[in-house]
Amino acid sequence: MSLSHGAHAHATPPTIAARPSIRTWPEINNPAAWIVAIILLIMPLIANGFFLIEIFGTTLILGIVALSLMFLAGYGGMVSLMQLTIAGFAGYMYAIFGMSASANISLGWPWWLATPMALALATIFGTLGGALAVRTAGIYTIMITLAIAAAFFYFTNQNWPLFNGHTGINTIATPHFWGVDWRGDIPFYYVVLAVAALCYFAVEYLSRAPFGLALQGVRDNPRRMAALGFNVNAHRVAAYAFASFVAALGGILQVWNYRQIAPGSVSVGAAIDILIIAVVGGITRPVGPFIGAFIFVILRTFALDFLVKIGLDGNRFRLLIGLGFLAVVFWSSDGVIGLWERWKRGTSDPAGTSRRHGHG
Amino acid sequence: MTRFIERHPAWALIVILAVAVLLWLIFAVWPPGLEEAIGRKKVFLNAVLNGVTLGGLYFLVASGFTLIFGLMRNVNLAHGSLYLFGGYVGYIVSSATGSWILSFIVAFIVVALIGILLQIVVFRRMEGQDLRQTMVTIGLSIVFADLMLWAFGGDFYQIQTPNWLIGPVEIPLVTAVRSSGEAIYLQYPLVRLVIFLASVVIGIGMWLALNRTRIGMIIRAGVDDRDILAATGVRIQLVFVLVFALGAGLAGIAGVVGGTFSSLSPGEDTRFLLASLVVVIVGGMGSIPGAALGALIIGLAEQLGSVYIPTYAIVVTFLIMVLVLALRPQGLLARR
Repeated sequence: MSLSHGAHAHATPPTIAARPSIRTWPEINNPAAWIVAIILLIMPLIANGFFLIEIFGTTLILGIVALSLMFLAGYGGMVSLMQLTIAGFAGYMYAIFGMSASANISLGWPWWLATPMALALATIFGTLGGALAVRTAGIYTIMITLAIAAAFFYFTNQNWPLFNGHTGINTIATPHFWGVDWRGDIPFYYVVLAVAALCYFAVEYLSRAPFGLALQGVRDNPRRMAALGFNVNAHRVAAYAFASFVAALGGILQVWNYRQIAPGSVSVGAAIDILIIAVVGGITRPVGPFIGAFIFVILRTFALDFLVKIGLDGNRFRLLIGLGFLAVVFWSSDGVIGLWERWKRGTSDPAGTSRRHGHG
Repeated sequence: MTRFIERHPAWALIVILAVAVLLWLIFAVWPPGLEEAIGRKKVFLNAVLNGVTLGGLYFLVASGFTLIFGLMRNVNLAHGSLYLFGGYVGYIVSSATGSWILSFIVAFIVVALIGILLQIVVFRRMEGQDLRQTMVTIGLSIVFADLMLWAFGGDFYQIQTPNWLIGPVEIPLVTAVRSSGEAIYLQYPLVRLVIFLASVVIGIGMWLALNRTRIGMIIRAGVDDRDILAATGVRIQLVFVLVFALGAGLAGIAGVVGGTFSSLSPGEDTRFLLASLVVVIVGGMGSIPGAALGALIIGLAEQLGSVYIPTYAIVVTFLIMVLVLALRPQGLLARR
């Protein structure tokens, strides 16, 4: 698993002086993290509605879904392509249990009942999928999860009684309480930001909790962990359960954002986009997926104008994404974060390069 | 076979019973009660034959996939793109020259050349890094899909069936009996039967090549233990290139078949990638007989499902996959 190498490098700092920082949150001593947090908090003052939701809201939502993949791939060594499918499943469940324009399908539950129901069902769905995927190990995980994702996509397309076929479910009701419309631009942005922060710190915490450390042990050497008395498969399935919950949160936010869900939202291409986001950002740290999502959303939004401006066909956005992804996979095993760190090391501490190689 | 019956008598009994019921359904004249319960026999027979012939097509796609995977541990997620590209090449050739047979040959050669190029330029550089190779194939499938969309647009293309294969043929399966006592036989498109026979011939040919020739012996040894094979002095890189070319070429041929059966359009690449994934997961990864069995099961399940439970058909396919993974995670016919 070359792509997940180096993940343990940051859990074991090279110098003793840095050791106490593992016990506290690593962000506390990092000024860049504080600056980013403050910018994100005062974003509604800076950005208008379009930027707030279409760029930053979407980035955070995609980042949450990709974060669940990062957790599985980076700490568990399991590259699951069904994270978007779990998110889409949660969205569909919210649409089916909640209120929408399709009165013959939606059960009309209020949002505070439909949301936990959708979260619970999606978590169960993802855990069962994970339990299937851990029946085989390594590279098979990709095949099985991709098969699950594709099967769900075709199922939503052909099933009318539950999923309303290829039209999907439209005009889904969003929460509205305490006199606030929570789908309004600014309240919705803060909801998304809060959920994203929660997921981010949950993953960050879990990666250093006993469970996360055991999971990383399972990733590096399942046989030795089994010999030490750890239940390898139980750890893997539990990782899937946690990741499914995170992905389901992203799915609920997604459906609140667009107020509709259709098979296109769970297509195989979209599922692969999540992998691209996570890999481009870097799957060794929780911040990677958010960086990847930001790059992806910026490209998706502005590639058309940019391509037309330099005299190319504006419809070649996916080509650009595919080539960019190939470049990252070819030249950096740790995505944009890896490139950034290599550059930082190259400028400040040239001797550090050889030391880091010892870990990989 | 006998060992399987000895080891799993209950499973063997279930399989034998299922096959017997299926054969009875196919060959017997249905009693009126059954026709009322599940519909006319003609519909059933058509679904079964469609399923079997679709299974032939799935076998062509999946056998290349499973061969590449078995030898090189390379999950080639761009296999669907190779299928679609083969179909487009076949369409261009057959509409330019009017020769259906020629389109197969050209599609095989062109797609096999792409396979050789991929193996030499891309995959050789990252040998032994399963995950990275798979990521690269994902990236390639995106790039190929967009390039093909650029070149061919979103239209549907269908490859013209040659004149000597057009039209139905009567096959000796009774669908019903007239009140006069005269039996009605099933009419079925000739082209599908011919293509199915061709895929059976290709399958047998591959089996013979793998089990009776020297190069086949080398490939089988490579599937079992690549490193030891390389250590014995076999030029393993050459074998890799050959196998990749063969697998890709088979996908190209399958594309022409698919373009004749139904149509070619963006999105078909994903459909056939899913089909080969499920076939290979069910049949057993790296096993050619497994691919044949899996293709037959999945083809039948898909067609029967879409006739009898139209909005839940894909669930049947999916449940088969789940069942196999739960009971025999390595696949039905895989050794490991």
